[in-house]
Formats: sequence, structure tokens, C-alpha cells
Amino acid sequence: MKALVPDFAINIWASFPPLLQYLISTTTAILVVMISVILIVAFSTYFERKVIGSMQARVGPNRVGPLGLGQPFADVIKLLIKEIVIPSQSNKFLFVIAPLLSLIPALATWAVMPLHPGFVIADINAGLLYVLALMSVGVYGVILAGWATNSKYAFLGAMRSAAQIVAYEIAMGFALVGVLMAGGSLNLGVIVAGQEGGLSQWFLIPLFPLFIVYWISGLAETNRAPFDVAEGESEIVAGFHVEYSGVAFALFFLAEYANMVLISGLTAVFFLGGWASPFEGWLFLQGTPMQWLAAPSVGWLFAKICFFMYSFFWFRATFPRYRYDQIMRLGWKVFIPITIIWIAVEGVMAWLRVGPWATLGG
Amino acid sequence: MLFHSILFYVFATVMIGAALGVVFARNPVHSVLFLVLTFFESAMLWLLAEAEFLAIVLVLVYVGAVMVLFLFVIMMLEVTIEAVKSGLVRYARLAIVISLVMAFQLIQLIWFRGSGGEISGGFVPNPEGYDNTKALGAVLYTEHVYAFEIAAVVLLVAIVAAITLTMRKRPGLKVQNIAEQVAVRAKDRVRIVKMDAEKKS
Repeated sequence: MKALVPDFAINIWASFPPLLQYLISTTTAILVVMISVILIVAFSTYFERKVIGSMQARVGPNRVGPLGLGQPFADVIKLLIKEIVIPSQSNKFLFVIAPLLSLIPALATWAVMPLHPGFVIADINAGLLYVLALMSVGVYGVILAGWATNSKYAFLGAMRSAAQIVAYEIAMGFALVGVLMAGGSLNLGVIVAGQEGGLSQWFLIPLFPLFIVYWISGLAETNRAPFDVAEGESEIVAGFHVEYSGVAFALFFLAEYANMVLISGLTAVFFLGGWASPFEGWLFLQGTPMQWLAAPSVGWLFAKICFFMYSFFWFRATFPRYRYDQIMRLGWKVFIPITIIWIAVEGVMAWLRVGPWATLGG
Repeated sequence: MLFHSILFYVFATVMIGAALGVVFARNPVHSVLFLVLTFFESAMLWLLAEAEFLAIVLVLVYVGAVMVLFLFVIMMLEVTIEAVKSGLVRYARLAIVISLVMAFQLIQLIWFRGSGGEISGGFVPNPEGYDNTKALGAVLYTEHVYAFEIAAVVLLVAIVAAITLTMRKRPGLKVQNIAEQVAVRAKDRVRIVKMDAEKKS
């Protein structure tokens, strides 16, 4: 500390009252997390276009800046200076506030995400419930946008999206019951700490079916392809955000990608050990220049998020859109039974202390 | 503690305002949104009382699921504003009587409890390391386990009843048999006919 920060700065910091110290440190943490999330979101749009481009044997964006890396900023500036058109027959207040309602929950959930060993903005006991509650609130943005627009297409998109999100939330919640049983706590930090000790300790192995269910439900929650019937360009033009333009549309776009990054992060935290390293406990790495591979860090979380983001884009490039009744069937008649059965299996196995289930339960 | 009181009064004021908004809003969708705000504010009050499990579950269940379905139904029905307004006048007398009775009961309850010395002047914070979720779980699954199980069975019966009501078979209903659709093979549907070219070149 001494070498990095001069003495007078430490003295000034110490002279602040504790409440002010708390306020400053929390605000800084929030700003750092928010700016990184927004930057990840911006570059994931670029990443998506590059990935899908290469899968379809195209080049993707390559005009703005080196390798086209300036593309996200060009897009943002374009959307910022466009006019916001508000339909004359719409409900103006709700029309304007709906994009915010879908963005705020996606960003607020990062508060309980354990990003680095010992670093989380709000270390609360009921973190898992908080995540579920905010995810369920996110649906209001879509419904209100669809209704406030006062257009049949937007309304149809909103209805589809609402029914889909409510249906998949149940499967997601049940999958998280399995995680909760395995981690023995609702606190996300404790859940990650319970998965330390290398690849074999990750909840991915004992909870594999729940992992798959959570992953696919996450895809459906974020209205991404192949579950993007809320937009359905070929049927209902663009669904709930058909009348949105400029910044208002940019906010919906931002919310969708923020939700994807969030779901990726949560899947990593719940099933792939969050910031824990897969190579933890590999003794031959010790003392070598590759030592950092075995250490837990935010880099591992970032790598896992990148993997899931890549899978989101991969699915979008390869799968055709689901038919609406089949989406409902998958959610209600396939996923919910799978999760209920696996929770029972997990309980019995952990009780009998068999195989990979032996160490579960905190 | 001053900060705590200020927060309490802010949340309580917004909550009462939102509750009035539910009754007086002209647009039924606005009423539902005011009700959502009311739920949020009561969740905040619960958080102030360190009952975080109840607060978050209120948001999760009522705001996240029940009110979404409410909104769904009201948007689909397209209730006209005139009908709502005439209803307000018609039911006002009954509503006032009911709310007066409820207010009387609440005041009486607080009065009786208060005279017994059970209600303290302010909020007493829980000791460090207190986990509301754990405390509730411990009580629910030991002391009140029968009541809890009975409630679960009642809910299950309600679910079964609701599903049976919607599962009635209407005549002429066209449904898809998904298993049949998935099991279909190309040779069942397409017949390749070999034929010679018609024109000899």
C-alpha cells in the first residue's frame, strides 16, 4: 500500500467519517462494475456480429477502426443522435419508462454477483432470492412497452414474451433450488466458495440436468434465438419494440445484452464455480510462471461469461426459431418435471452420501 | 435511528399514495401499476424490519408473477374507462363501510396489544448474524410443519382443480400430437416417383 499511495492521501482518507468512507468506496465499486458491464455489453454486439459472420462465411464488421473494433461506438452514436418517435396514440409516460424498466433490473442484479474472491458490492444473505425477484421484475419492461405502444404487433409480442418468461421462470427457480441444496446457502458468495477446489468440485457434475435446464431457460428468459418469438420479425415485424427508435430502442438493445451477460455470469456462478479456477490444486503448477492458472480471480469468471456468450451467438446462428406451442410444451412439460425429479435424486444421493453428491450440502 | 425513521416515513407515504392511486386511477392498467408500486413499498417496509425473506418473496411472487398475470388479463379485456368510473361511485358506500370496519379492528388490535405493553416505542434491530430466511425455515419446518403441509396440499388441490377446469374437451378442437409430429419420417410423407423425361432430345 505504502509504495502505491502517498502518505498524505492515506491520512486524508482516514480523516473522513466512516459513513463517507463507506459511501465513496461503494459508489466507486458500483461505477467500476457498471462501466465494465456496459463495455462488455457494447463489445458483445461486435463479438456477436463477428461470430455469426464467421459462421455464415462472411467477414463481419471491419470498417470502423482497426478490425472494426470501433463499430459498437459508431452504433451508439448513431442511435443517440436519431430522433425518438413517440406514436401519437400511445401512452406517453409508460412508453418512455418501459425501456428503463427492462434495463434497471438487468443492471441491479450485478450488486450481488461475487466477482472476485472477497469482492461483491452487496454481500446479502438472500442473494439468490434477490436474483430471482429482479429477473421476474424485468418482464414489466416488455409488457408495458407492448401495451403502451398501442399497436397490435407490439401487443402480440408483449403477450408472447410475458407468457414465455413466466413459464421459464418456474423451471429456472426449480433449478436454483437444486443449487441452493448443493451450496447450503442463499448467499452467492457462499455458493461459489462451496465449489472451490478444482473442476471436480463444480456443481456442474452433480447437477448436470439442472445446469442444462438453467442454461436453456436462461436463453428463453432473455428472449434470444431460438426462443425470440417476442420479436419474431417474420410474423409480427419486430414485436414489442416495433415503434421504438433512437435512444429508447438502444436501451432495449442494451437491456437484452445486459441480460445475456447476466445470465452467463449467473450460470457460471451457480454451476461452474464463478471466480474459482478449474486447475485449483494442480500442485505441479506451483512455483512455475503458470502459477496464476491455479489461482481464483475475476479473469476466470470473465472467461466463463465469454464461453456462455459465445454459445448464445452460436445457438442464434445455428437453430431455427421454436414454434410458440412447442416453447410452452418444453417449459411446462419437459423442464419442470426434469428439475423436480433431479431435486429428489439429489436429495436422496446427498443423504446416502454417494459419488459426487457426497460432499454437497455445505 | 433518525435515518431509519425518515426512510420509514418516505416509504409509508409513497405506499399510501400508491394505494390511493389504485382506487382513483382512471385507467385500469395504471391501477395495476400503482398496485405493483404498493407491493414494492411494503416490501421496502419489511426490509426496514429486517424481514428480507418476506420482502423478496413478496416481490418475487406478487410483483413478478401474480401482477403480471393481472396485467395480462386487464390488457386483454380492454376495460372501458366509463365502466370503471361508474363502478367507483356505485361501490363507494360499501367500500367506505368495509374500510371503516377494518380500520376500527386494526386500531382496536393495536390498542389492546399496546395496553398490554407488547408494542415497544421503536424498532429493535436484530443481533449480528441473524438470518431471517433461516429463522423462518426453522419455525416453518419444525413447529408449524403440519399447517405448512396442509397449506401445500390445499395449493396442490387448487392447481389440479384449475387445470381440470381448463382441460375440458370442446367439440371440433384441433390439437397437435407432438410425439406423432416428431416421430414422422420422410418416407411416410414424401413419395418419390421415378419417371422418364417426357421429351426425348
